[in-house]
Amino acid sequence: MNSIAAEQITTLKMSIYRYDPDSGNKPFMQDIDIDIPKDKDIMVLDALHLAKEQDSSISFRRSCREGVCGSDGMNINGKNGLGCITPLSTVVRKNKLELRPLPGLPVVKDLIVDMTQFVDQYKKIRPYLIADKESDGTAIPQTVENREKLDGLYECILCGCCSTACPSFWWNPDKFLGPAALLQAYRFIADSRDTAREERLDQLEDAFSVFRCHGIMNCVSVCPKGLNPTKAINEIKKMLVKRAL
Amino acid sequence: MAMNGKGYLDASTLPVKEYDGIIIGGGGSGLMSSLQLAQSGMNTAVVSKVFPTRSHTVSAQGGITCAIASADPNDDWRWHMYDTVKGSDFIGDQDSIEYMCQEGPATVFELENMGLPFSRTEEGKIYQRAFGGQSKDFGKGGQAERTCAAADRTGHALLHTLYQANVKAGTNFLSEWFAIDLVLNDQNQVTGVIAFEIESGEAFFLKSKATVLATGGAGRIYKSTTNALINTGDGTGMALRAGLAVQDMEMWQFHPTGIHGAGTLVTEGCRGEGGYLINKDGERFMERYAPNAKDLASRDVVARSMMLEIIEGRGCGPEADHCFLKMDHLGADLLHKRLPGITELSRTFAHVDPAEQPIPVVPTCHYAMGGIPTNVHGQVITQQSNGSDSIVEGLYAAGEAACVSVHGGNRLGGNSLLDLVVFGRSAGMHIEESFKNGIDIKDPSKDDINKALKNINKVNASTEGENSAKIKKDLQETMQLSFGVFRTEENMEKGIKVIDEIRSRTENIHLADKSSRFNTARVEALELLNLLEVAEATAISANERKESRGAHSRDDFPERDDDNWLKHSIYFKESKEVSKRDVNFRPKLVQAFQPFARTY
Repeated sequence: MNSIAAEQITTLKMSIYRYDPDSGNKPFMQDIDIDIPKDKDIMVLDALHLAKEQDSSISFRRSCREGVCGSDGMNINGKNGLGCITPLSTVVRKNKLELRPLPGLPVVKDLIVDMTQFVDQYKKIRPYLIADKESDGTAIPQTVENREKLDGLYECILCGCCSTACPSFWWNPDKFLGPAALLQAYRFIADSRDTAREERLDQLEDAFSVFRCHGIMNCVSVCPKGLNPTKAINEIKKMLVKRAL
Repeated sequence: MAMNGKGYLDASTLPVKEYDGIIIGGGGSGLMSSLQLAQSGMNTAVVSKVFPTRSHTVSAQGGITCAIASADPNDDWRWHMYDTVKGSDFIGDQDSIEYMCQEGPATVFELENMGLPFSRTEEGKIYQRAFGGQSKDFGKGGQAERTCAAADRTGHALLHTLYQANVKAGTNFLSEWFAIDLVLNDQNQVTGVIAFEIESGEAFFLKSKATVLATGGAGRIYKSTTNALINTGDGTGMALRAGLAVQDMEMWQFHPTGIHGAGTLVTEGCRGEGGYLINKDGERFMERYAPNAKDLASRDVVARSMMLEIIEGRGCGPEADHCFLKMDHLGADLLHKRLPGITELSRTFAHVDPAEQPIPVVPTCHYAMGGIPTNVHGQVITQQSNGSDSIVEGLYAAGEAACVSVHGGNRLGGNSLLDLVVFGRSAGMHIEESFKNGIDIKDPSKDDINKALKNINKVNASTEGENSAKIKKDLQETMQLSFGVFRTEENMEKGIKVIDEIRSRTENIHLADKSSRFNTARVEALELLNLLEVAEATAISANERKESRGAHSRDDFPERDDDNWLKHSIYFKESKEVSKRDVNFRPKLVQAFQPFARTY
């Protein structure tokens, strides 16, 4: 921020979770003061970049910096979100910004978590279209109304904010699929072009995969894309119950 | 603990992993190549520095242009070809453009069959919207609607669909691995790449008979860009360091509508759906510059017009340094249905609701038309000292990193996604075929491998010097100042001098943090080396092309010069010299389109 006059700068107190298992040290919170412009509402990711200018060893993931790639999910002052589309004005309280890794997953280093469990659950739901008819070399027709059923589902960016905010996922990350994977499970169940609906439901019909969702709705409150996994999960539950009757 | 538990990496102890094929990059072109190879049962790996769905393809918005004849049953790939040749300002290779436009429809339908959630027409077909530079009937039939769209999130839908298809096919991912340098043997065949797993800091020689560079763009050479932070031209840097040629590096597209101040993109689809640009007087100024196509003239034309409005004092805002994109007349319903992502981005980054207020926009670095030259099979080409082409055995390139060249001097909107999938696939197909016929690549010697370890060892050994972040900032500012929309020799020569100084400074990069686990400072230092190569290639090529063509616009040479420059430019790192290469005017199925004055 060297190009900005002193009177236009204010100081933000950041506190960043630091952990490098290789170092042999325990995790700790590192306090860093950064200069930020007064007249511009920068994003949490911008603040992190300023902190990294002071200490290049701070590690975090980032890519698109516009909320579509899902790299920089993190816990921001106690709530999961994407650093790149979270303006400081919406999260900073008493001039303090505390950043921690997404909760519930093993920490690789600093703000970087091991996403393996999360991705494994996603892969379990067979996240691809299954169409048993041989293609005629053109598009499978779909009505506007049927295509609209995918809105609110296909936009997921796999950032992990929802599943790592879910107590059911914390308890059973291997058996409960978690909101992100279930949202995608429903995305394919709801797709008029998919012919494997029954097999997909069969796969979800146990005590854990779907039914460990207790409607806490943390997933809805943290989703940076404004999606509603709880609603999708309820649709799956309804289908399963209807089938059983 | 340093990399591999050692201070210094050496071929004699470096672990090796061996594959039939390696694809470097997990964006659209990489995942299309890998899908092709995984389905063929070959032992392949995708090496990606980010989890594949974090790749920059995810940010593409407006769509994939292709004559699938949804919006217009009479649409014809030849019309698309004509538009693309004209858009390229006639230095796009016509054999490649023909291949892309003709192969396109089958590929788009295949993506749909994989599950890509395209928006739909009332008849249940794939929705297509108008984009810039599109016409019917070879420019005589008015504006076409040829860009297939999934709302304004086409790239996201495409990349996730391709990732999903690769999950289904059982593709092997080396996710969050960083590729450092190519390993060439004494016959100049590519034998694989040095790469390290970012999480552990463990480096390997990934040995392969076919290596695909699908590393994407390098927009981060500029200060203001629509590109993701990861777009640092890693493959292009590797090719240059390996002594290979790059082509048309001066050709950088400035997208007319980057959000002022933030750089994030708002799609050309905004104008395709009926939005238009205005100056401070509220005038729809594109009517003056392009009376027919207006706001849907091609991107180079619109970007220059906007810059002229700003230079002549008709810019908007307190600094008069941007234009407005007006969409409030389209209605909240259409915005919600067709442009929901734009509405979100405008609110977040411009603090405006496009249903009520115009979006402040400015031309912003967006896309590299140039790159690593290839033929239509993705095989990398380099130039011999006598000026003839030769194939680099074992090496392929596809997507934005490559220059096949379908975009020439200026890319049409929606053609990048088509380029990715068509040529990602064709590279995969060629590798598959070559394997069937047998590939003979000689093993590299220890010296060959050590050569590729030089840079990483140097960075790891640094004990004092400059932090890479500061050098990167200076490089980006120089590129922005000297190699923007309008260029002059005086300015470019100043820029080239500064880049030369920056090169000396990068000799002295200091990596303060030598830890091995997820060391992002190490990754960023290596990325800077790639940015520097791309920036210097751009600067010198731009100064050498003494004409104005496509996106390359010079105040001192304002006219197109077909006598001297109806050519590709070719640049080598070692000599820092620019030579010329013939443009292909030999399509197989149609007559070549000959150059004419380009107006919209």
